[in-house]
Amino acid sequence: MAVKSAYIARKNGKSDKPAPSNSGFTAEEELHAYREMLLIRRFEEKAGQLYGMGFIGGFCHLYIGQEAVVVGMQMAQKQGDQVITSYRDHGHMLACGMDPKGVMAELTGRRGGLSKGKGGSMHMFSREKHFFGGHGIVGAQVPLGAGLAFANKYRGNDHVAVAYFGDGAANQGQVYETFNMASIWKLPVIFIIENNRYAMGTAATRSTAMAEQLGARGSAFGIPFEQIDGMDVRAVREAGERAVAHCRAGEGPYILEMMTYRYRGHSMSDPAKYRSKEEVQKMREEHDPIEQVKARILNGKMASEDELKRIDSEIRAIVTEAAEFAQNDPEPDASELYTDIYVNA
Amino acid sequence: MPSILMPALSPTMEEGKLAKWLKQVGDMVKPGDVIAEIETDKATMEVEAVDEGPLSAILVPAGTEHVKVNTPIAVIGAADAVPAPKTEVPKPAPATLAAPPVVTQSAPPEEANPTGTEMETMTVREAIRAAMSEEMRRDPEVFLMGEEVGQYQGAYKISQGMLEEFGPQRIIDTPITEHGFAGLAVGAGFAGLKPIVEFMTFNFSMQAIDHIINSAAKTLYMSGGQMGCSIVFRGPNGAAARVAAQHSQDYAAWYGHIPGLKVVMPYTAADAKGLMKAAIRDPNPVVFLENEILYGKSFEVPKGDDWIVPIGKARIARTGRHVTIVSFGISMILALSAAEKLAAEGIEAEVIDLRSIRPLDLPTVIESVKKTNRCVCVEEGFPQFSVTSELAAQVMTHAFDYLDAPVARVAGKDVPMPYAANLEKLALPNADEVVAAAKAVLYV
Ligand SMILES: Cc1ncc(C[n+]2csc(CCOP(=O)(O)OP(=O)(O)O)c2C)c(N)n1
Ligand SMILES: [Mg+2]
Repeated sequence: MAVKSAYIARKNGKSDKPAPSNSGFTAEEELHAYREMLLIRRFEEKAGQLYGMGFIGGFCHLYIGQEAVVVGMQMAQKQGDQVITSYRDHGHMLACGMDPKGVMAELTGRRGGLSKGKGGSMHMFSREKHFFGGHGIVGAQVPLGAGLAFANKYRGNDHVAVAYFGDGAANQGQVYETFNMASIWKLPVIFIIENNRYAMGTAATRSTAMAEQLGARGSAFGIPFEQIDGMDVRAVREAGERAVAHCRAGEGPYILEMMTYRYRGHSMSDPAKYRSKEEVQKMREEHDPIEQVKARILNGKMASEDELKRIDSEIRAIVTEAAEFAQNDPEPDASELYTDIYVNA
Repeated sequence: MPSILMPALSPTMEEGKLAKWLKQVGDMVKPGDVIAEIETDKATMEVEAVDEGPLSAILVPAGTEHVKVNTPIAVIGAADAVPAPKTEVPKPAPATLAAPPVVTQSAPPEEANPTGTEMETMTVREAIRAAMSEEMRRDPEVFLMGEEVGQYQGAYKISQGMLEEFGPQRIIDTPITEHGFAGLAVGAGFAGLKPIVEFMTFNFSMQAIDHIINSAAKTLYMSGGQMGCSIVFRGPNGAAARVAAQHSQDYAAWYGHIPGLKVVMPYTAADAKGLMKAAIRDPNPVVFLENEILYGKSFEVPKGDDWIVPIGKARIARTGRHVTIVSFGISMILALSAAEKLAAEGIEAEVIDLRSIRPLDLPTVIESVKKTNRCVCVEEGFPQFSVTSELAAQVMTHAFDYLDAPVARVAGKDVPMPYAANLEKLALPNADEVVAAAKAVLYV
């Protein structure tokens, strides 16, 4: 069977050189992307800091380096499209418009957290913002996300569900169970593989067959796929728009493999001995998603240094306020131990 | 000469209808020839000859209903032959069916049975189907998904006719992909739909247990009350008959362990119907444990589509003052038959059908034990970390001062379910064990 594939072949087979985007952003879009990505970056840096100070416990997985993926995708979606992801979820929540104070207070386990302090870093949700978690079991969000798409199709609306998962999660059997169902039922779901090249300490090349082309796994199910430079927010949005249009037209699922990179360890407790400092440094210097936008803004004179500085300080203020709230908000009342186990019938 | 016996065409089949003869007396038959069609409660099946020769006699005419398994239905070869006790298809002789016949529950739960309610006789299968269909008519967001639920009409015919009524948008045949479709259904539940997920049997739910527990049961709590999931996971549970270890497990204790889940395990058709409707309407995830052997049993069920049995309420199936026997699901057969036997010896047992495993209706159990001062708990599942071990602990905690003897338990044996008929029978609890346990706590 010929697979209808929009696969963009890479020239040299190296995963740090995916196809570049030719699509331009308007000045407004560049500034929007800059702002959104910077909010995630600063928020995550602050979370790392609070973790170090003991305010945040447990696991805390930072999204630093991957910001262009969720921000670009969000720019391709419309109000009411659902988002679901793994435990590396702070960026997705902020991009969905969830309150940074509520996110940060959940990280510190306080009553003003988005899950009242009962979910923590890995488990937050917002019906209002159509964000369905935050899931701690690797791969679980993939069938769950297809279920959101199933509900859209069942109700006959034109919403699309976006399910994010990692290169490591791509080895979970349930992912392929889901590809199969999504394909036979033509579910409006976009599978975003955030290929940051590592699953904890395991490089994709060590754990994964055909690691240079994870999206191609969808071809066995007749699902179109593309591999995208996930460090370039324009390329992400452009591919996202193709995927969204495909889903909305009732053509079924779509896979986007986003080539990206996390700068920090897997979680706060990861010494990251499995890769070289040079590798990280090279990505930061040559591919940083925020620096790319910033350079375009300045070169294209879409805003001045001063105007960008003003955005930076606005964002710092938002993050500082969130951190202060998260440190001062009280812990949940002990009575909360026994609430929210059942919805009263 | 070989006689052809009514074959058992499923592990739990006891009788069937001889629908049609495809050969006439005098026809030559060869091994493999289809000679007749038989309708079971699940499907229409073909009977093949295994012997060669002329069909010399038809002993059961076409159209005969309720032909018991192993009844001679025809003779191949010389007509003068006495039907020999040869089996065409090995008869399963299900050990669980060796239990004394069910005392039909004529008294459905009193709390929901206003006097004058009209009753109808229904099998458990029909009751579950009626409950699902009624709820699907009432609420367009309810749908059924699972393997073979649609075109095939259900592996156990529970969903028979539902595809025709509700169409493929709402009766959804899935691939054999329990982990995946359970997760997908939970996602649809997060989005506000009300899925009913059928597991062909609960044994296969182990592939999906991550989504049942980690996704369905825990998300409400982890979301601070925002992200509930109204979903029913249902299907046959526990030992069927002669299907061995991987197909014969009782999951009541497994799911009963989990906060965030509700778990029910009805015995009667009335409870199956009323609890299924309650489960579908419940805003929480409900695990609904059915039993293949009970599917074909008939009970009286209140007529109409407003019959609901509340989750978390036990039912006093028989009143008595000497000993309390607590059970649920198919083990109620043992509990009730033990009560009969005890009654013959002048011992009046009070029998409680838990119906719900989580929440457990402890007040009903405790009240009864306070009256009888003795308690026997009966289940089919493995004995360790089981529903009955929980009951024993709770009764000890809440009724210690009322107990005249330690709580006794009768459960399945602590072994994987064996295949051999005699071993399977030994592995399952039986009514005599319940009688013995009752006598032990009565010191008689
Ligand atoms: C089913 C399961 N197995 C193992 C883990 C532990 N674990 C958490 S994250 C992770 C690595 C996942 O890597 P990837 O999917 O690439 O996502 P990334 O962390 O890179 O975003 C592992 C093994 C888990 N949470 N769930
Ligand atoms: Mg990864």
